[in-house]
Parts: sequence; C-alpha cells; structure tokens
Amino acid sequence: MSHHRVLIIGSGPAGLTAAVYAARANLAPIVIEGLEAGGQLMMTTVIENWPGYRDGIMGPELMGHMRAQAERFGATIRQSHVTAVNLSARPFTVTTDTESLTADALIIATGASAKLLGLPSERALMGHGVSTCATCDGFFFRGKEIAVVGGGDSAMEEANFLSRFASKVTLIHRSAQLRASKIMQDKARNNPKIDWRLNTVIEEILEDGTGAVTRLALRDTVTGHTSHLPVSGVFVAIGHQPNTGLFAGQLALDANGYIQTTGTTTTVPGVFACGDVQDHVYRQAITAAGSGCAAALDAERFLEQAHG
Amino acid sequence: MAAENVKTFTDANFEAAVLQSPTPVVVDFWASWCGPCVRLAPTIDALATHYGERVSVGKLNVDENMQTAARFGIMSIPAVLVFDKGQVVEQLVGLRPKEDFVRVLDGQLGRR
Repeated sequence: MSHHRVLIIGSGPAGLTAAVYAARANLAPIVIEGLEAGGQLMMTTVIENWPGYRDGIMGPELMGHMRAQAERFGATIRQSHVTAVNLSARPFTVTTDTESLTADALIIATGASAKLLGLPSERALMGHGVSTCATCDGFFFRGKEIAVVGGGDSAMEEANFLSRFASKVTLIHRSAQLRASKIMQDKARNNPKIDWRLNTVIEEILEDGTGAVTRLALRDTVTGHTSHLPVSGVFVAIGHQPNTGLFAGQLALDANGYIQTTGTTTTVPGVFACGDVQDHVYRQAITAAGSGCAAALDAERFLEQAHG
Repeated sequence: MAAENVKTFTDANFEAAVLQSPTPVVVDFWASWCGPCVRLAPTIDALATHYGERVSVGKLNVDENMQTAARFGIMSIPAVLVFDKGQVVEQLVGLRPKEDFVRVLDGQLGRR
C-alpha cells in the first residue's frame, strides 16, 4: 500500500486545479481520475466563459491543458476509479479498482453526473434514442426530429448544438420559467429549428415495438392535456446530482446529497471537498477551479499544522 | 494512441474480421469528437492486453464507417458490442469500468 501526502479524487476543473496547486507546493499529489475523467467539460463543445480565451476553447482541449499543467509540476494522474474510502482513521485509506493507497490529506472533487428522469422506459432505451450526451450522439440524428428535456444552460446548449444535425428540436420543460442564463435562452429562442413545449412533462418514452425511440407521451402540467410527440431521440439535460455515494455515512451530506463544507473543509479534519460535489449554487467550471485551488491551499495548511 | 493489439474495424473488413472471427470480438464504436469515447480508449487497450489471442479487440470509427454503425442501430457512443459466432451477444453503452467488460467476456468465454 503506497502512502501519499495528498490524494485527489476526481479530474475535472476542481480536481486538476487542486493538483496544480498541491504539486507546486511540493506535495506530489496523486490524482485518481475516475471513470468520467476530465469531468463534465469532456462532454461539451466550445466553452465561451472561461476567462482568458477570448474566442472560446473546446471543453476537452481545456481539460487536456489542465491535465498537462498538473503533470508538469509533479502531479501523478492514475487512470483508475475509487471503489471505497475509509475516512474514520488517519491516514485515510482509498481503494481503487487496481490498488489501495493511504493519504494524510484527501481532496474530494468527484463532481456531479447527469440526472435522469427516472422512467423505466428511459433506462431501457438508453443508447436506443435516449441520450445524456449531445456532443456524442447528435451525429446519429441527422435529418431527424428530436427532443431535449430541461430548462437550464445545458439544455439550451444541447438544443442549439443538436439543431445542426436534427431537422427539428423540441425543448420540453416542466415549467414556464427557464433556469438558463439570458444569453443561452436568447440563442435558443432565436433558433428557427427549436420548438418549445413549456409546462410539459414526459410521461413515457415509447418505442412501439421497434426497439428504438419513436414518440413521447407528454402531459401539460397546467391543463392536464396529454399528447404524443413523434421523435427519434430524446436528450435528457435536467441537471446533475453530486457523486457522493462513496462518502455516505462518513461525511455530512446535505438533503440533496452534496458534501457539506465550510470553505472547503468537510466534517472530517483533513478531508476537503471542492467543485460541483459541494456546490449546488454556481456549478461553473471556473468556480470549481477556484474551489479546487482553495482546497489545495487548505490541505497544505492542514499538513503544515499536523506534521510541521 | 491505440495499443498495437487493438485492431481497426471498417465497413470493408467487418464481415471477415468480426462476423467470421473464430474468437469472440469486442467492437468499440467511437468517434474523435466524442469525449467519453476518448476516455474509454485506455480501457479498450487494457482489454486487448488482458485477453491476448482469446478475444479479438478493435475499434470502429463511426464517422468513417456509417454503414456498419447504422446496421447495428448505433445511436449513442461510446457503444461496445460483443460478437460471437457472427451474432451480437452483448451491448454496453457509455463509459464503463473495465470490470463490466471483463464480466461479460469471461462469461462469454465460459459458454463456448
């Protein structure tokens, strides 16, 4: 079992920024990158709000830069995922699919994963017309009619992106209020290929014996009126849930499963959390990176006090 | 960079290399613009190394081989299809840990 001063779980903007700072503090951090290495930005196209890139930068490219930067200063990135942690005794123990490690300080940056609607038909038709990744799967819906569910920035972005391939995109959202930023809403509203079904929920995703999505059963939440919408695909973009299953019972979580933090400090001394796993308010790449920096500085201070 | 023992499947070689293969075959349907597909590549490399001659492991670029992607109804990538004796025996969609593939392949090898 190898021992390390700082171990970082997760490799999105929070985890990799923590790695850059911890590496520059000579803490030789280990990053367990996880299954969704690079985090949510790996599923996006152009990022227009990352400061310093006037014309935008592709999400996967930005993550590639961050990773290389962390490695340049001495962070070690492991292509594995964590299966268990023990936070009850120091040093903390982290078990991955390939090894067990111990660490004096732990930085949790496991982020959040796409939420699903929770319909049985949604799971059954995943990969057969139901998708959570527009950039991956838009290609397969060239000239087809599709739907996007959700009212946030990701739903607007996906609808706009998918309109390059699809002949028509219907945006379905359960209320008339969109959470999306003004600029993203306007882009979607000005897109002639996007049709709107607000105050509408999906009751069922139907395949009509074909094995792939054929239509959606919809219900208007105001009038109760039900209808069908013929589509070949439905992209689910209704938000994210924090990846905290590993920590349940060991760290205090809030009612929605986010890690409770004060700054980046959790309820276990020496365990810090940053990024979307503890932030249900801002959820931006830049705020995640900012809290990753703070977590590394907090971990460094903790190690100085604990070990001198 | 794909490992040496990861094959490249295409519309042209699919019949001979996959459907007529004497061993089970893992086909990773992917594209360069698909972030999760790129992240899955090391797992596919590891499978090729792990199984050696027992399982044929390769990738099929959906951009360049639309015909095969359409034939198997691929609508979401990464999608990994396991073939044995010319038939699809398993389909795993999305980013999965190596254990998921090992479970399926060990099961399939055990049934032969």
